[in-house]
Amino acid sequence: MQKSLHIDPGKCTGCNQCETACAIENEGMVNPARSRIKVFNFHDEGRFVPYTCTQCDEAWCMHACPVDAIVLNPSNGSKDVLDDVCVGCKVCTIACPFGTINYNTSTGKVVKCDLCGGDPACAEACPTQAITYVDANATGLDKMRAWAAKTDNAAGA
Amino acid sequence: MNDVIRAPLAFRNQHEILNMHHLIIGAGPAAVTAAEHLRKLDPNCRITMLAAEGVPPYSRMALPYFLVGDIEPEGCYLRKREGHFEAQGIDVIYGRASSLDTVAKTVTLLGGDMLNYDKLLIATGSTATRPPIDGIDLDKVYNCWSLADAHRIIESTNEGSRVVLMGAGFIGCIILEALANRKVDLTVIEMEERMVSRMTNAPMGDMIKAWCEGKGIRVMTSTQVTSLADDAGVLKVSTAAGDTLDADVVICATGVRANTHWLDGSGINMDAGIVVDDCMATSAPDVYAAGDVAQGRDLSTGDYEVQAIQPTAVEHGKLAARNMINGNATPRGGTINMNVLDTVGLISTSFGLWMGVEGGETAEFSRPDRFEYLNLQFKDDVLVGASSLGMTQHVGVLRGLIQTGAPLGKWKDILLVQPNRINEAYLASAQSQHAALAAA
Repeated sequence: MQKSLHIDPGKCTGCNQCETACAIENEGMVNPARSRIKVFNFHDEGRFVPYTCTQCDEAWCMHACPVDAIVLNPSNGSKDVLDDVCVGCKVCTIACPFGTINYNTSTGKVVKCDLCGGDPACAEACPTQAITYVDANATGLDKMRAWAAKTDNAAGA
Repeated sequence: MNDVIRAPLAFRNQHEILNMHHLIIGAGPAAVTAAEHLRKLDPNCRITMLAAEGVPPYSRMALPYFLVGDIEPEGCYLRKREGHFEAQGIDVIYGRASSLDTVAKTVTLLGGDMLNYDKLLIATGSTATRPPIDGIDLDKVYNCWSLADAHRIIESTNEGSRVVLMGAGFIGCIILEALANRKVDLTVIEMEERMVSRMTNAPMGDMIKAWCEGKGIRVMTSTQVTSLADDAGVLKVSTAAGDTLDADVVICATGVRANTHWLDGSGINMDAGIVVDDCMATSAPDVYAAGDVAQGRDLSTGDYEVQAIQPTAVEHGKLAARNMINGNATPRGGTINMNVLDTVGLISTSFGLWMGVEGGETAEFSRPDRFEYLNLQFKDDVLVGASSLGMTQHVGVLRGLIQTGAPLGKWKDILLVQPNRINEAYLASAQSQHAALAAA
């Protein structure tokens, strides 16, 4: 059964442990700025929205890549960046309408969530189950609709 | 490359007679994307891709990274797996198209060979041009457009070589770093009053110029090269401003034009490129066009424009393939013009109507000392354009907001004061629109 990240902003307390866990797992450093998941803080409303790649079916990043450096991981559906192939042209960063693939100026490569290869550190680190890794029965479209409804509520839009 | 070399293809014999033959002229991103989508949509059709440069399909986007020495030529290839095209039954042949007969449905190649098609996709891209000035055809005057050009530049420049770069547009700027890293003595001459004028307003253009000058690059704007002359192996470069510069190598990056000359006399409707409708169909039956050569609809303006950008080439390729298979049943409302550029490490982006619209509103964040800039353009409470400097995180949300046309509501007023809260505005406003985007 394929799984996907399930984010419930209503449960997020803004502790940012997901960011720290992500940075340690993927970058080997306690530096939330290097995290692939980002918790947005809606100060005015006292709400927090964890945000990362939905591994969308459209895969704008993967299709826009001119050098075949983003590939589908058939085991968990994630779209993964191949560091040794990425030339750092950044076209994917403008093509992704979610803004969830970003350029790392220190490595000259782009980075995005790869679900930690099937064992996402953010979900493990989350103390309130705001981020869980669950069976993904839904299609990419349904996933996005569900996500949309939640972020709407969370942001009070 | 005049000879047509046919790669062996297991699929050909069994499908040649019964199934539709899709012929694609070109082997860039639009062509490759179309070929792969055609295969996905119809496992049985015949697909032939004509590559003109005698090398496997590659990306011009990657050339600067080859130039700088980060990658081997193979790193520029659009697809990396050995036998990728053969495995999908996509026949890649080498040759250059010279004419099209839309009645007989044939394409003639240089050398006289002829290819038949049931559906044709023209994805012949564009070519670097040279201004008509004295000395432009001298040795050591290069374009930087093809893999072959990149090889020539590498061979003829070393540390300390005096290089004059004509043109500070996209191509000029993107190869600046490659040239700077080769430690050449570099001068850029741009006839517009600012660098990359197709994606920058004055504050942004000024910051890019200051950044380049800080890296030791001489930048001359509002002037142009008027003539080149060879003086005992040294190129004498004269400018409209009256300067004369000595150069070992001159690189011409003053512009590109769509590769349509081979279609003269074909009757196909052309303007700046091949005019296509919302299905990527040209004025001739069963003939489509995609990528840099196609003049398709711009999502923001509604006008038909040659965008000549990688994401549009991919969108065009996908859309053309669908309509070639389903008989023009999938029209789309156009592609968004957007760019990302790395000028010696300074990253700039532009999206949609970054220059603003009549009756619209502007929000601006500017920190010239830190080379940071963000420009947002609104019409009513919808983001219609944006440009940025020094922004690398979540920059794609600018596209998301523009493409979905999400009403920003109260967030527009927040953004007018605090444009940097664009990510929050996006999460609050645009996420719900993405179901529509995915279905589009």
